[in-house]
Amino acid sequence: MNLDQFGNDPWWLILIKVVAIFAFLVVMTLFTIWYERRVVARMQHRPGPNRHGPFGLLQSLADGLKLAFKEDIMPTLADKVVYFFAPVISTVTAFTAFSVMPLGPAVRLFGHSTPLQLTDTSVAVLVVLACSSMGVYGVVLAGWASGSTYPLLGALRSSAQMISYEVAMGLSIVAVFMTANSMSTSQIVDAQAHGQEVSWLPFPLPGWYAILLLPSFLIYFVSAVGETNRAPFDLPEAESELVGGFHTEYSSLKFALFFLAEYINMVTVSALCTTLFLGGWRAPWPVTLLGSGVNHGVFPVIWFSIKVLLLLFVFVWLRGTLPRLRYDQFMRFGWKILLPLNLVWILLLAGVKVMQGSAVPAGRKVLIIAAVAVVALLAVTLWPSRKAEPKPGELPPQEGGFPVPPLDLAVPPSPHLKRIEAQREPVSVGADSEESS
Amino acid sequence: MTSADILLLALGAVAIGAAFRVVRTSHLVRAGLWLVVTLGAVAGVYLVLAAELVAWVQVLLYVGAVVVLLLFAVMLTRAPIGASADLDRPGWAGALVGGGAALGLGALFVDGYRWQKVGLPAPGTAEALGAQLFQHWVLPFEVLSVLLLAALVGAIVVSRPET
Repeated sequence: MNLDQFGNDPWWLILIKVVAIFAFLVVMTLFTIWYERRVVARMQHRPGPNRHGPFGLLQSLADGLKLAFKEDIMPTLADKVVYFFAPVISTVTAFTAFSVMPLGPAVRLFGHSTPLQLTDTSVAVLVVLACSSMGVYGVVLAGWASGSTYPLLGALRSSAQMISYEVAMGLSIVAVFMTANSMSTSQIVDAQAHGQEVSWLPFPLPGWYAILLLPSFLIYFVSAVGETNRAPFDLPEAESELVGGFHTEYSSLKFALFFLAEYINMVTVSALCTTLFLGGWRAPWPVTLLGSGVNHGVFPVIWFSIKVLLLLFVFVWLRGTLPRLRYDQFMRFGWKILLPLNLVWILLLAGVKVMQGSAVPAGRKVLIIAAVAVVALLAVTLWPSRKAEPKPGELPPQEGGFPVPPLDLAVPPSPHLKRIEAQREPVSVGADSEESS
Repeated sequence: MTSADILLLALGAVAIGAAFRVVRTSHLVRAGLWLVVTLGAVAGVYLVLAAELVAWVQVLLYVGAVVVLLLFAVMLTRAPIGASADLDRPGWAGALVGGGAALGLGALFVDGYRWQKVGLPAPGTAEALGAQLFQHWVLPFEVLSVLLLAALVGAIVVSRPET
């Protein structure tokens, strides 16, 4: 798809697209809330919401209406202006990020040929990343402006968390840029349409980057969960530690905006994942055997929605299965595991790309790959383990450097209790019953 | 005067006005927020000059990461809501240095270009930028990365527990 196709729409068509995307996101949010509650309920052997409408489908709508009629509380100590703008920032950036998602190929709409995508630029994926990094402000400022301790702690956590995982997310997308030779979302979808021909393999490699760039796909998904503050990485709003986290002081529609932003962000990272790794709006493999008709008309939107819903299911699945990580574990995982893995993988990929372009004979290519594999294997096996033996007379090393109580802790009986027991006169059951009667 | 000129002037005015508020406001966190407006306006300037990649990287890194880290550091130490009068210093020294630097640079540029017209270069695509960066400017780029590495090592040394 050529980028020249974009920017030629009349104003009313742009307006229609904007309204359609807005409606799509709001409906997806309402649906996802219901979907999440039903799936988690199913995992926990209970029915879940089933009163409003068929299968409880209107539950989130009812909740939304109820939220609108709640009292809007302004804390006395709050910074009024910032307190008001924080949810607005969250929601606006969440909606903006979706504007570059390709929902389908060019179609004829009211006599105009137009792509099913609001806009695209040569750096469209960066727009999504920029929007998500701006979204951090919504969370941080909400926590700060509330003028309360728990929200401030939640804001601090979220700022550190979202920045850390954004680095991992950005790096995992670099591999896609390198393979697709483009940063535009529609061109990345096009690049995944056909398998990749490799000279020394008899069959073409699969087109989906989820298969071709599996490590990037996994790292992207993990960092997407961290980026959207979802369980098991929901530390900014850990209700057992921080009451409600950054939105503790928010109520009524302002709270609803945060809720909306969180679910839209979930939909957006799933849509980006679909676009970058799962072939975008194109039909999956067995369906494509039916002919090229499955990629025309309204079908692409259906494939896209199915893929997004499947990814959303994984989000819910994670929430229903995994306990929340401790904060230091979480940061260590991001910086010491995801990031180095990502860098090594990009280096490897760049090496493969350079070799593909060069005129090195096939035999030496295999030799180079074998040499790299041997070096990596040696490095992994000979890497010194960092757990030093505790010296005699020294305290054993503690988990992550933090003082934690020993797991086999036996509480010694209190000396005070012993004294009381010694002073107490021995009483027999018979004597006791005589006294009371 | 084209619409691009008007936009450039307006964005420049926003950037300078917000920058003035950064140094003038006595609210600690709001100073950081005005800094966001300044950097955002600079990103807008890049966008008007058709340098898409630089504009979005500016938003991604400076607005989205650097200032958030700054706010993070402020909130870790103290982030009072409202004005903090005890943090103020006499501003004449800073005003002198800042004003002097701005005047000097302005004079240098005006003297250097006079009323020459310089055509807008080709749009700053990722490809063009990468070619420039890794062919002509590769040495400063690598030196900068070493500088960042040194800063990283320094931070680790400073924050390491003494054993």
